Amino acid sequence: MNKTDALIIGAGPTGLFTAHQLKLIGLDCEIVDNLDKIGGQCIELYPDKPIYDIPAVPECTGEELTNNLINQIKPFNIKTHLGERVDEVKKDGENWFVKTNLGKTFLTPNVIIAGGVGSFEPRKFPPKECEKFENKSIFYSVKDKTIFSGKRVSIFGGGDSALDWAVELSKSSKVNLIHRRDDFRGAKATVDKVHELAKAGKINLYTKYQLTNVIGEDKLESIEIKHDSKEIKKIETDFALGFFGLIMQLGPIADWGLNIDKKTVAVDTEKFETNQKGIYAVGDICSYPGKLKLILSGFHEGALAARACFKLARPNEKYRFEFTTSSKTIKDRLGVKSD
Amino acid sequence: MPKITYNTHDNKTHTIEVQNGLTVMEGAVQNDIPGIDADCGGGMACATCHVYVDEDWVQKLPQKDDGEEDMLDMAFEPKKNSRLSCQIIVSDELDGLIVNIPSKQS
Repeated sequence: MNKTDALIIGAGPTGLFTAHQLKLIGLDCEIVDNLDKIGGQCIELYPDKPIYDIPAVPECTGEELTNNLINQIKPFNIKTHLGERVDEVKKDGENWFVKTNLGKTFLTPNVIIAGGVGSFEPRKFPPKECEKFENKSIFYSVKDKTIFSGKRVSIFGGGDSALDWAVELSKSSKVNLIHRRDDFRGAKATVDKVHELAKAGKINLYTKYQLTNVIGEDKLESIEIKHDSKEIKKIETDFALGFFGLIMQLGPIADWGLNIDKKTVAVDTEKFETNQKGIYAVGDICSYPGKLKLILSGFHEGALAARACFKLARPNEKYRFEFTTSSKTIKDRLGVKSD
Repeated sequence: MPKITYNTHDNKTHTIEVQNGLTVMEGAVQNDIPGIDADCGGGMACATCHVYVDEDWVQKLPQKDDGEEDMLDMAFEPKKNSRLSCQIIVSDELDGLIVNIPSKQS
């Protein structure tokens, strides 16, 4: 069991800056994120796209912003738990008991949800029947590539993940690559490689096709794909892999007894606290009159929620407001020299 | 103001006046039309404002950017008349536009 003053759910810009604010005022905190990397939407959705509305930063990409925030919290050595989703949050006396999908547990007086639009989950194939094959014959990520060796594998998608795996698995499997249009959006070198392998008969390329049906008892036997012209083709295959990127889903947050409307959590604007004492929501996931889904708003919300956490984490102490420019205590926490 | 018609998956028709300059996505979200999630807020980064444009209107809309086509790869059941509604800006020329909202966005 991990004990901490505050647990932050979400390692996007708002979660990271909230962590900074907590540490600055002398509280400890840990961060959990379902993605396997830090940065949230900035890293997952638009790492290369420039952002122009971060105060005092005329232009930076999602990746640069993330790296700057990581640098900013570096002095604090904050523990982050990546690739884990918080599944359970329940009351335990004065504290909240928190459990992740991997069974890790936390006890904390403060839970700060900085979850963006929810957790990132892979986008799945549309046909409902695909569910029964999931993690057996149908996968949305590859954890152990050896299971495909010598098998027939049908890969769907047009981005780098689909193309990279098509190239990689073509070395030891019979690969079909299926995409809804002729253009691929992956790196040019990989696209060229795929076409080269297709020409050499190492990859069977089907463009303008989409999955319409999956057939099999316990495991996948064949799939049906439909061309733009409505023609349907049946392909025998052992595995189907879908690489359609990630989608944000509210997920388990919906079950924690919070006031939720349209995938956002209602909060007050003093503490950014939800209807549950000691659970806060900041950043894109919170809502209040006038809410703007801007990164800068998330920073403000995190700063105020952090102050609110102080009361519950240190009930017998008085929070004292200090500036980073003049406070010796804060400079000590940051590990910088005082004048 | 131009009128935009949104047909939702439950066979309901919503015809709404949307101000010039707003996107078809914003028109839906501001008027609580179900089925448009717009998770990224109009940034062409999520494909959850996906609509099927009425066949008569497909050619009348401004062309898609490459980025929009890339995002549509990730949409739920994309078709030839698929568009991201956050990329369609309402103008007088679009008065009468009809879009169909898919059964789900993800």
